[in-house]
Amino acid sequence: MSRTASRPTRIAANGLGLVAFVVATFPVYWMVNSSFLARNEIRSPTPTWVPFGGSLDNYRTVFATDQFLDALKISLMVTGGTILVALLFAFVAAVAVSRFRFKGRMSFVVTLLVIQMIPVEGLFISQYKMLETFELLNTVAGLTLVYVASVLPFTIWTLRGFVAGVPYELEEAAMIDGCSRTQAFFRVTLPLLAPGLVATGVFGFIQAWNEFTLALVVMTREDQRTLPLWLSTFTDVNRGTDWGGIMAGSSLIAVPVIIFFLAVQGRMVSGLTAGAVKG
Amino acid sequence: MSAPTTAPTRPTSPVAPTPAPKARRVRRTPLPYVFLLPTVLGLGLALGYPLVRQVVLSFQDFGLAQQFGQPPEWVGLDNYGSLLTDGYLWTVTLRSIVFCLVNAGLTMLLGVGLALLMRHMSTGVRLLVQTGLLLAWAMPVVASLTVWQWLFDTQYGVVNHLLTQLGADYTGHSWLLRPLSFFFVATVIVVWMSVPFVAFTVYAALTQLSGELLEAAEIDGAGPGSRLRYVVLPTIRPVLLVVGLLQVIWDLRVFTQIFILQEAGGSARDTNLLGTYIYRLGIGGGEFGMSAAVAIFMLALTVLLTAPYVRAMLRQEES
Repeated sequence: MSRTASRPTRIAANGLGLVAFVVATFPVYWMVNSSFLARNEIRSPTPTWVPFGGSLDNYRTVFATDQFLDALKISLMVTGGTILVALLFAFVAAVAVSRFRFKGRMSFVVTLLVIQMIPVEGLFISQYKMLETFELLNTVAGLTLVYVASVLPFTIWTLRGFVAGVPYELEEAAMIDGCSRTQAFFRVTLPLLAPGLVATGVFGFIQAWNEFTLALVVMTREDQRTLPLWLSTFTDVNRGTDWGGIMAGSSLIAVPVIIFFLAVQGRMVSGLTAGAVKG
Repeated sequence: MSAPTTAPTRPTSPVAPTPAPKARRVRRTPLPYVFLLPTVLGLGLALGYPLVRQVVLSFQDFGLAQQFGQPPEWVGLDNYGSLLTDGYLWTVTLRSIVFCLVNAGLTMLLGVGLALLMRHMSTGVRLLVQTGLLLAWAMPVVASLTVWQWLFDTQYGVVNHLLTQLGADYTGHSWLLRPLSFFFVATVIVVWMSVPFVAFTVYAALTQLSGELLEAAEIDGAGPGSRLRYVVLPTIRPVLLVVGLLQVIWDLRVFTQIFILQEAGGSARDTNLLGTYIYRLGIGGGEFGMSAAVAIFMLALTVLLTAPYVRAMLRQEES
């Protein structure tokens, strides 16, 4: 990248870059734009490109129905529960894997990798049957259980990288200064891990918040829907779709996720490639 | 839920820093096992137990009657037998594989192309592109599906409007009605969502490319084509392999996009991929035994594809 590209190359690259920018952003822009348009602007043969003089009617419609707030409540409970449990389980597991050498360690890591690749679609039939037996269908606890299982492998895998990133020498130094092993861990390592824990937690939040497939399988009753389910049932061909309302709903769901995602993504992505190139 | 789940969500890449663990505490202590216990129990309950149950289920006749309390009947390999001789399963499998390869191929092509181009853009444009890609990447699946449906809407969609403006008459054109055009829309959505991950990962790998190496090649008379072929691509080969494999695995299991588009007006029978087929057979149709058999089939297919990925990740782990 130190070399400067020739002028025509740069112009062509810039041109294609702008095209890529428009293609990548337009749908996001269109979601926000449409969410501010009035019904007659939405249902018009010529699109309204900019929401000048836009209205908040669509947002009012969304909040006027109990369904959105009910779904929001369910989503918050499920994602909150999932992150708490997953972080707790993953944290201790990550410490075990990166701070101890023990028999079975490698098989555990391999199992995690394999599990991480299992498609939900390959197991949701029997997960459904299982939750049915436990009488946990249509419950927050049931969905949380399958969500924890699905974010856990990734969470451990990520956290253990963060734990391994804190040099054990720091703990040793603290121990020489008179800390017990446990104290050393909690006073020295844990604070250094905080950013990693937050980033991993946010990532788990995004996954659970966006998840559709398992929610569809587990939450079959209308009053137990999560936000993605609520949104997907909004588009009904037979009722004449209220696109303005849907776009308002989509924006409400997407905006927090986008903000969170932008905040943590750099931290999460750098690892793989660095390692892979070296190898 | 990358895995079982999350992967649903694409952004979830199992991307993680994996420095060699410096396990200093060689002392024999039960502590690590205690630490692993919650995870092992949790995964065992939510994934292991269903897996065992699914294998059992796939050997049983478990339909609506059983759902209402009749004991299931053991049928041995009957479910697998009737599935393997059923032309529809093969249609769905073939469709899934073609869809997967087309989507993974397009995603890789566009993602890698974009990453290579980014090196030649002006800083401002590059930042713009990266911001745009991040936005697309960050969009929740269901939200992007609703937007794309709205863009492709029959009556008031922007796509039909623009195409009509360009001279083709697309007024009132329904995109989801015919399978081929249904899959076109699905591909646009899947590729749009997947390119950012590939572009960012490959671009990150490219930044580690040594400038001296490229210069040396240039001095030795290598043109842009051969520099790409002999210097750039070999350097990022490991990344390309891992990322490409992930795309294949993810695109083989695509569910949400297909399911939601089907609900929005596509014909399920003509557009089912493996995931939606399992869902519609089991939870939709009550044929739990049969759908468990298809699910086992899909798991086997995934394990086959996953093996090289796991090997690649382990090699990193060792280094």
